[in-house]
Amino acid sequence: MQNGNTERNTENQRYGRLALGFVLLSVALIGLVFLNIVAGSTSLSIREVFDGLTNAQSPHRVIVMDVRMVRILPAILLGGALALSGFLLQTFFANPIAGPFILGISSGAKLVLSVTMIGFLSRGIAVGSVTLIVASFVGAMLSMGFVLAISYKVKRMSMLIICGVMIGYICSAITEFVIRFADDSNIVKLHDWAMGSFASIKWDNVIVIAAVVLPALVVTFLMSKPIGAYQLGEVYAQNMGVNIRAFRIALILLSGVLSACVTAFAGPISFVGVAVPHLMRRLFKTAKPIVMIPACFLGGAVFCLLCDLIARTAFAPNELSISSVTAVFGAPIVILVMLRRQKEGER
Amino acid sequence: MNGTYYISAEQMTVGYDGKPLIENIDIGVRRGEILTLIGPNGSGKSTILKSMIKQLRLIAGTVVLDGRDMAGLRERDIAKKLAIVMTERIKAELLTCWDIAATGRYPYTGRLGLLSKEDREIVDAALETVHATDFADRPFSAISDGQRQRILLARAIAQQPEIIVLDEPTSFLDVKHKLELLDILKRMVRENNVAVIVSLHELDLAEKISDRVVCVANNRIDRCDTPENIFTDEYIAALYGIERGSFNALFGSVELPAVSGEPQVFVIGGGGSGVPVYRALQRAGIPFAAGILPESDLDYPTAKALAAELYGIPAFAAAAETENVRNRMTEIGRVLSTVPAFGETNAVNKELYDAAKAAGILVDADALLGEGEA
Repeated sequence: MQNGNTERNTENQRYGRLALGFVLLSVALIGLVFLNIVAGSTSLSIREVFDGLTNAQSPHRVIVMDVRMVRILPAILLGGALALSGFLLQTFFANPIAGPFILGISSGAKLVLSVTMIGFLSRGIAVGSVTLIVASFVGAMLSMGFVLAISYKVKRMSMLIICGVMIGYICSAITEFVIRFADDSNIVKLHDWAMGSFASIKWDNVIVIAAVVLPALVVTFLMSKPIGAYQLGEVYAQNMGVNIRAFRIALILLSGVLSACVTAFAGPISFVGVAVPHLMRRLFKTAKPIVMIPACFLGGAVFCLLCDLIARTAFAPNELSISSVTAVFGAPIVILVMLRRQKEGER
Repeated sequence: MNGTYYISAEQMTVGYDGKPLIENIDIGVRRGEILTLIGPNGSGKSTILKSMIKQLRLIAGTVVLDGRDMAGLRERDIAKKLAIVMTERIKAELLTCWDIAATGRYPYTGRLGLLSKEDREIVDAALETVHATDFADRPFSAISDGQRQRILLARAIAQQPEIIVLDEPTSFLDVKHKLELLDILKRMVRENNVAVIVSLHELDLAEKISDRVVCVANNRIDRCDTPENIFTDEYIAALYGIERGSFNALFGSVELPAVSGEPQVFVIGGGGSGVPVYRALQRAGIPFAAGILPESDLDYPTAKALAAELYGIPAFAAAAETENVRNRMTEIGRVLSTVPAFGETNAVNKELYDAAKAAGILVDADALLGEGEA
């Protein structure tokens, strides 16, 4: 009887923590959206923001919608996508420091994208959103292929990470090389993008981003059951009824699509994929995918909104690249995770 | 042919990367039966188990589960019938023991894997069965190996399987938990009519719980038979290639090799009093002779394993010719008696004792062993 009570108490505590976590993330999200609308080279009052949001004829309409919102929405969607992609890769490799940037997947996407863009632009063809995503996805899959091949050879997770970082360097080097050969007019645009930025995203891009990221989020959420099983290891996942081969392919494709979408529109953004899932695990004190998937998405959105706010306003009117800001916050977290692992004793 | 088997391997060839390790395996287990795999390390017990649960691709042959070829069954359907407890370490970040046990309900839950009230009750009951309720809320990564093994068994129980496959489930357990785990298995077999395939290192336990035993050695199934036919001193020694030491089938225990050489002491034993002295002499490296033991005596098997010379008589023999033994005893020159008092039917040893005493060659155990150490 007493045992039943304590069990119920811990159960309540668990639900309490979940509710608290999600409320916290939601409040942070709303607050940051608001701050991101208000802050900038032209400061707006609350009334002006409200006016700009609701009234199409408002004089503030352009700033609110076409300068600020067009940047906020992709920051939310792509931030969420990055964190989710990181969570999926961490599950796949059973490695808490895996992520699209660290494993060189973002850099692979960047390489193929650069080649594609230069090829299109030098022939005077405009590059559409879909082309961007496809090129980026191909690049992401190529890098992923390399990482997978390596992961069969090396079992130590730190080695896998080092190999991923190397792949990233190689891809970045080739990208630099390719950009050298581009026309002057292309270089400026490519350079901005290659550093990572939400600045150059247009409304029609936003729609494509939403059309890719949101369904991927839903599919991932619906896969939370096999993901949870897979966390116990392949042997037990299979005994729980998971078709391992199909599941692994689905996981690779999903994380690839998510990180490719980010790279296609905002360039490579570092460390979000590792830092956010880690922070969410600490916040919610669970690794269960049914909690982690929405939490990582929300957390990624909050993280990227905050970083973009800093990138835009810290040294205004000069803008920092989003990646340099995410690195400042994200890299220390990665180091912390590794230190903790070291303490617990790496395999 | 094997219609009554719940799961069976038919002409199964197993191995890694397409290279056959063991060929043409035909084994099966019925419901309500425990099939145990024994054999030396590296003989392929785990390989056979992994192949039967579809973790390893078969090189040839089929595995039939409940009358159907397992290759054609969906993972999900298999999961409702077959539960496993394997040696792979479970990675469980931030999961409690309860959470791990609850993963057994996975095949029964809906798309999002949410547990119903009934699922929760089944998990609670499973944890109760393995006596793990006390630490159910602790993190899985923070408990002992023995506790982990019980949680994994609870997980398998919660899965409500018709067959459980266990790979060396007792390896990390202490004596108490070994017995407990096997008792739970036995109960599940008896009460829920579950089939069990298990690989064990502990021959004494295998002998006691198995309905049938499969012996794996030298890349083949050496024998598949009842424990009575498998657990003979000679066969087990041959199966494991025991050259130094011996296996006692009756007790399911092992003995180190006897110290060979000219006996330095003659031990008069009987009724179990001799065993500790035989062992002490063996440890001290002193070759000894033992006698006179009826074959039915408690001391007989140990003496047989450890003594350099053994003087036995048939069980329940009324009397025996003792002159030869007495001569030999005198020749050895030192006699140690472990028998506290000689009963009426133990006249032969009484005679030896009296002779030794008369000759003044009786020695004290402590003195002898102290000398051996020096």
